[in-house]
Amino acid sequence: MENPNLVKDVPAEDLIVPVQAQGRLARALDSDIFYSWRTSPVTVVATLVALSLVLMAVLAPWIAPYNPFNPASLNLMDGFTPPASTGAFTDNYFLMGADNQGRDVLSTIMYGSRVSLFVGVLATLFAMTLGVSLGLIAGYNGGVIDAVIMRVTDIQLSFPAILIALLIFGIARGLIPASQQESMAVWVLILAIGLSNWAQFARTVRGATMVERQKDYVSAARIMGVHPILILLRHVLPNVLGPVLVIGTISLALAIIEEATLSFLGVGVPPTQPSLGTLIRIGQQFLFSGEWWILFFPAMTLIALALSVNLLGDWLRDALNPKLR
Amino acid sequence: MTEPLLSVRNLTVEFPTRRGILTAVQDISFDIMPGEVLGVVGESGAGKSMTGAAIMRLIDRPGRIANGEVILQGRRIDNLPDAEMRKIRGRKIGMIFQDPLTSLNPLYRISEQLIETIRTHLPLSETEARKKAVQLLDDVGIPDASRRIDDYPHQFSGGMRQRVVIALALCAGPDLVIADEPTTALDVSVQAQIIDVMKRLCAENGAAIMLVTHDMGVIAETADRVAVMYAGRIAEIGPVRDVIKDAQHPYSSGLMGAIPRLGANLERLTQIPGSMPRLSAIPRGCAFNPRCPHVMDKCRIDQPQAVQTAPGRRVACWLYPPQDGTTAAAERQSAE
Amino acid sequence: MTKTLLDVRGLSRRFDVSQPWLNRKIEGTGKLYVNAVDDVSFTVKQGETFALVGESGSGKSTIARLIVGLLAPSKGDIVFDGTSLKDGLKGAKARALRRRFQMIFQDPLASLNPRWRVVDIVAEPLRVFERGMSNRDQRLRVGELLTLVGLAPEDGVKFPHQFSGGQRQRIAIARALAANPDFIVCDEPTSALDVSVQAQILNLMKDLQKDFGLTYVFISHNLQVVRHMANDIGVLYLGRLAEVAEAGALFDAPKHPYTRMLLDAVPDIEMTGRRRKQVEGEIPSPIDPPSGCAFHPRCPFANDRCKRDVPKVINGVACHAVEEGRIG
Repeated sequence: MENPNLVKDVPAEDLIVPVQAQGRLARALDSDIFYSWRTSPVTVVATLVALSLVLMAVLAPWIAPYNPFNPASLNLMDGFTPPASTGAFTDNYFLMGADNQGRDVLSTIMYGSRVSLFVGVLATLFAMTLGVSLGLIAGYNGGVIDAVIMRVTDIQLSFPAILIALLIFGIARGLIPASQQESMAVWVLILAIGLSNWAQFARTVRGATMVERQKDYVSAARIMGVHPILILLRHVLPNVLGPVLVIGTISLALAIIEEATLSFLGVGVPPTQPSLGTLIRIGQQFLFSGEWWILFFPAMTLIALALSVNLLGDWLRDALNPKLR
Repeated sequence: MTEPLLSVRNLTVEFPTRRGILTAVQDISFDIMPGEVLGVVGESGAGKSMTGAAIMRLIDRPGRIANGEVILQGRRIDNLPDAEMRKIRGRKIGMIFQDPLTSLNPLYRISEQLIETIRTHLPLSETEARKKAVQLLDDVGIPDASRRIDDYPHQFSGGMRQRVVIALALCAGPDLVIADEPTTALDVSVQAQIIDVMKRLCAENGAAIMLVTHDMGVIAETADRVAVMYAGRIAEIGPVRDVIKDAQHPYSSGLMGAIPRLGANLERLTQIPGSMPRLSAIPRGCAFNPRCPHVMDKCRIDQPQAVQTAPGRRVACWLYPPQDGTTAAAERQSAE
Repeated sequence: MTKTLLDVRGLSRRFDVSQPWLNRKIEGTGKLYVNAVDDVSFTVKQGETFALVGESGSGKSTIARLIVGLLAPSKGDIVFDGTSLKDGLKGAKARALRRRFQMIFQDPLASLNPRWRVVDIVAEPLRVFERGMSNRDQRLRVGELLTLVGLAPEDGVKFPHQFSGGQRQRIAIARALAANPDFIVCDEPTSALDVSVQAQILNLMKDLQKDFGLTYVFISHNLQVVRHMANDIGVLYLGRLAEVAEAGALFDAPKHPYTRMLLDAVPDIEMTGRRRKQVEGEIPSPIDPPSGCAFHPRCPFANDRCKRDVPKVINGVACHAVEEGRIG
């Protein structure tokens, strides 16, 4: 009997696979993930908070009431102006008060979040790239390579991250000439935080890779002789990205806090480019003399940022976990 | 006429989801007589396992029994409190699942699990229960039972484990055993042994079996009657020999033709086009109508009701309209 | 006389299942190996179907993976169309050979990348073997292939999870056919499918074999399915061949006691009243197989020689009792 599906004399137009049927946006809006986001009020609020903080930071040069780093707009005599009042010597209005140098706290927070987010995001991306690559290599190859990478990971995970960051920071300081230390400080900070956070990524990705490489779609590609690097990038990587996204979000929150801690300890960003951590360090000097706002507002911003990002990470973990669906 | 052991009346199981309510089992009714073996056969998604789970009240939330009654020995059990239902499970109804590893706790010795189950349901002392447990293991064909009873589940092979599960299901002397794909995970040469043990022991204890499986071969060997399920509904129910030799519903006859056989070396197998609809897209009218070779206009609009076509035989198909059985047979003849 | 396409000679594969090094040193245990496949030889003729049947632990899936090169043999050789695959495949010659063979897997969901659209999945062999093929030509070819296996070109834009099990297996078949292979290893292609869908897939595979002159190595535990598909059959037990024969001969007059037992264990769907024969015992663990003929503890004809010596395949049967004429 003839195969009824055998193709003969059909115009090409009827046989070609159309380019795209459903747009990406339509698909995303219809997805289970979006549904679980929409139905979780906590997550929606967390998203809005995180989003507005990020916007505030990114747009700081345009929306901040004052430029706190422009000496021309500052008056030292405005120092310690309480919140929601006008300065004593200028007409500047300070919604969140002014610090000891007469800088508007709201503006310093906006500029400070900018530095915090910049360092946090880049450090996390760096840690993610490093950890995911090492995890993929270890999980796919196994054997000695795997053993070496995983032992390094174990050692890394047995130190507190902040200790590793301090160590790397110290070494980098020693290697960089004094004249460039100021300008390199942010990059050294990103390197230090990144290197202290990659191990989580490596460990998770290695586990997921070991599961995926056993699957038959990988076998099918291997039978065709697809190069192992292409198999890793095209087949395995997209399928291990779920957990990476979860850890990425949570470790972004951790990186922001870690940066704040380092800056609080005085080893982070230079005072000319204060981050939220620097602001908190400055503020805590005045806490017991009654000028609470210099500490309070930056600290609340840091908490709001870390908490909202963490909540997003938590939701993402549940939404991507098939067992909890 | 004897009273049925189990009566299922208009049972409907629903799963509310964000895209609407999915009906996994729709309006099914059947009886199981004492000591009888009823086979429930169907392909994945037919609702056969769900039916068994609904009788045991083991449906995971958010699934729920939306309608219907389950009557065990004259007593309605679908609305009993959970504590009462737990007493019925094990004591009145035993369970055998596909994967023996999921029914046995890997952390406890076989003896502990058997003795605990026996003592939960029967007023026996520890030593009496142990004696009974050894006896049961011996009955299901585990060699050297008095020694092996203290082994852990992982020390048994797949077939031996399933024997232990059978012993566990039978230890309180239930009147009904619900076996969900009991041989699917086993090798062919072991399947026959397990079916044999299950059938023999249930017959000796007078227990009826509800055998849920996708394997027509197992049904043919084991069951007295068979219910063929499709898309959550019973397509056809009747004595196993009649259904296999002369299936009336187009789905069951298609299913029989699709099974490759040793005897006949055919060039092509009979194939039913298409596949079982998803629960979210069950067609209007008869659920089988898009795949049916005898489809009529009526099938696309109205859902057929089960009609008695012969003693003990019911079919839900418009080829057998409710009013008159004889014209239906004639119609079917002309359709072929 | 049809040409031999695949020649498997004395194929063996050993797996290291030892404890980790530290555990071995502490517990004082040695290395532990499993002979998953042991000295298996058979030939596959062009345009025909050779089936390997066996229960769990028989090594049938290992043989499939050895043939397509996912595993390397410990001993023996695989000769494909005159070329030995023993020393691995490298370079241009490898590409030319690789495009000629393909594999279809048991679980169609696991064999399709869940993050890829069907069009990309089916076009993967084209990207590997037809470098430089334009995107439009690829989509045209994929549409053609999807139509060929009973799907529609529009299905190409969907993802694997949007299909039923049978449709997914059709997609896997379309991918296997994309680069015009002539040899396909099918590892339990229908055992994850329902009966009515299994019939569709088996019919499709037979049609394709006829239309494109395909050669199949068909691996299954289901004797009825094998009966329907195969020209020649090899019966495996614990990594060794028990019997190799032409399909009709094997089913009409099985020789090896294990083959007989398997046939007796097939459920009686015809309801002829034939009872399944009670089979004694279960398959032993491949880690610690019985001495001599691995089947001897379950064999009604076993004698001392069976416990001692491993039987050789003589006239397609590896059995001392058949060799000595004790059973006919």
